[in-house]
Amino acid sequence: MFEIQVHNLSKSYGPVHAVQDITFDVQAGEVFGLIGPDGAGKTTLFRMLTSLVLPDTGSATVASLDVVRDYKQLRQIIGYMPGRFSLYQDLSVEENLGFFANVFGVRIRENYDLIRDIYVQLEPFKDRRAGALSGGMKQKLALCCALIHRPRVLFLDEPGTGVDPVSRKEFWDMLRRLREAGITILVSTPNMDEAELCDRIGLMQQGQIMAIDTPKGITAGFRHPLFAVRSDEMYRLIQDLRGLEGAASCHAFGEYAHLSLHTSAATPDRQVGAIHEFLVSMNHRNIEVRPVVATVEDCFIELIAQHT
Amino acid sequence: MVQSVIATDHLTKSFGAFTAVNAITFSVQTGEIFGFLGANGAGKTTALKMLTGLITPTSGTATVAGFDVWKQPEQVKRRIGYMSQKFSLYEDLTVRENIRLYGGIYGLKMSEIKAKTTDLLQKLELESEANKLVGALPLGWKQKLAFSVALLHEPKIVFLDEPTSGVDPLARRQFWELIYEAAASGVTLMVTTHYMDEAEYCDRVSIMVDGKIEALDTPRALKVTFQAENMDEVFRKLARNQL
Repeated sequence: MFEIQVHNLSKSYGPVHAVQDITFDVQAGEVFGLIGPDGAGKTTLFRMLTSLVLPDTGSATVASLDVVRDYKQLRQIIGYMPGRFSLYQDLSVEENLGFFANVFGVRIRENYDLIRDIYVQLEPFKDRRAGALSGGMKQKLALCCALIHRPRVLFLDEPGTGVDPVSRKEFWDMLRRLREAGITILVSTPNMDEAELCDRIGLMQQGQIMAIDTPKGITAGFRHPLFAVRSDEMYRLIQDLRGLEGAASCHAFGEYAHLSLHTSAATPDRQVGAIHEFLVSMNHRNIEVRPVVATVEDCFIELIAQHT
Repeated sequence: MVQSVIATDHLTKSFGAFTAVNAITFSVQTGEIFGFLGANGAGKTTALKMLTGLITPTSGTATVAGFDVWKQPEQVKRRIGYMSQKFSLYEDLTVRENIRLYGGIYGLKMSEIKAKTTDLLQKLELESEANKLVGALPLGWKQKLAFSVALLHEPKIVFLDEPTSGVDPLARRQFWELIYEAAASGVTLMVTTHYMDEAEYCDRVSIMVDGKIEALDTPRALKVTFQAENMDEVFRKLARNQL
């Protein structure tokens, strides 16, 4: 069963095609990630699916409710956490939660089980003004407020932005617990490393979805032999590797460079040997070369290069 | 002898009872790419504001490009460049107008601005976009342009505050190549980032926790010290200890 269905959805602002003819489905109980940089169209898509912005063309349903026609019912059953912190900064933690419960006509007690794990971390600060919380704490409060009416579908627009790596990891642990409670989650992020935490992902760029699959399915589609390479001079290494015969592309990946080669009949061992030999001839030192499996980020870079 | 282009000694900033930056002592060498990491609220922004002469320290000292940030903030400002995602260029000015504006602010002669504009547009392959509003450029291009503008007055040091957040992975790498290129030409770069793979690209990295620098070394040495696979793990171990 599909909890979110999107058909040929488009939205332009003047000459800017924010969302161009997007089609995809999200199954009930799935964590679906929209991965893409700023300006890819993620927020516009979220606003259409939460009935805040009208599509130019195309249609979409959430829990079988049309995002244009049935917007009143739709708003009762979705939770939405926008990218920008949208709670009342002058209200305390407790007052914010109470306010959102009131708006949706529920009591905090009824649904407390859903937010307990998150809210206990906020409890020591319950009298603090929301505006005075740290980034990670603000995010947790915003999630509690988006969940207090026990929504069927949760929309999280870039929940990791402005949050440090420690808080981000905790946040994803929380999402997995919410999925176990049966909530369907659509989440967007510019961080490729968060892709692997989703059941399925759509890779977005310039208003379009370039690919949709499970993270494993996406990475299995990488077509080139790929190698992690390093030496003592990384900047020169990357420049040099681009000049290697048969090189398709070379990019920095943390402490390694990822080198992709055009497909050939040579075995990975022979290719490793050839790369090593080439680097020795270029006077690199402490060379390390090994075949690696592509990450979602490798695939994204390849897709961008194909699309431009 | 290697020259320190930034040197701090027990640099401290308090806001009332709260100590945002607590007696940090470190130095950065000429041409170094220095990663300045820390969780939100660890004190990075306050430290950067002191080093760029925007706020005065409560105690301790710091020199930037040889000038005292406390006594000579205007001298410091003339020798540094600054770029962040939040504030960089004027969106409703054209590419060319932005370059001219910043050139003027930094006191470049009109002839210098002209020559630099030509060079810069050519290098970034932005010639055909020169008369378009900056607001209409893709984010990746804006970032590259903002960085180039921050280099316009040939500063000794450029401070980059989360320069690549939100940028696509290809543009992010192209941006780092500009950073490497600047470092190779002798510019010192102090970079904050939330991307831990980018921490690996730095020559040395400091990690701030609760106003103090808790670790400072090359990425490789930090990974050995903290018995970590990568910088993400180093970061998490350090931040976790403080909770």
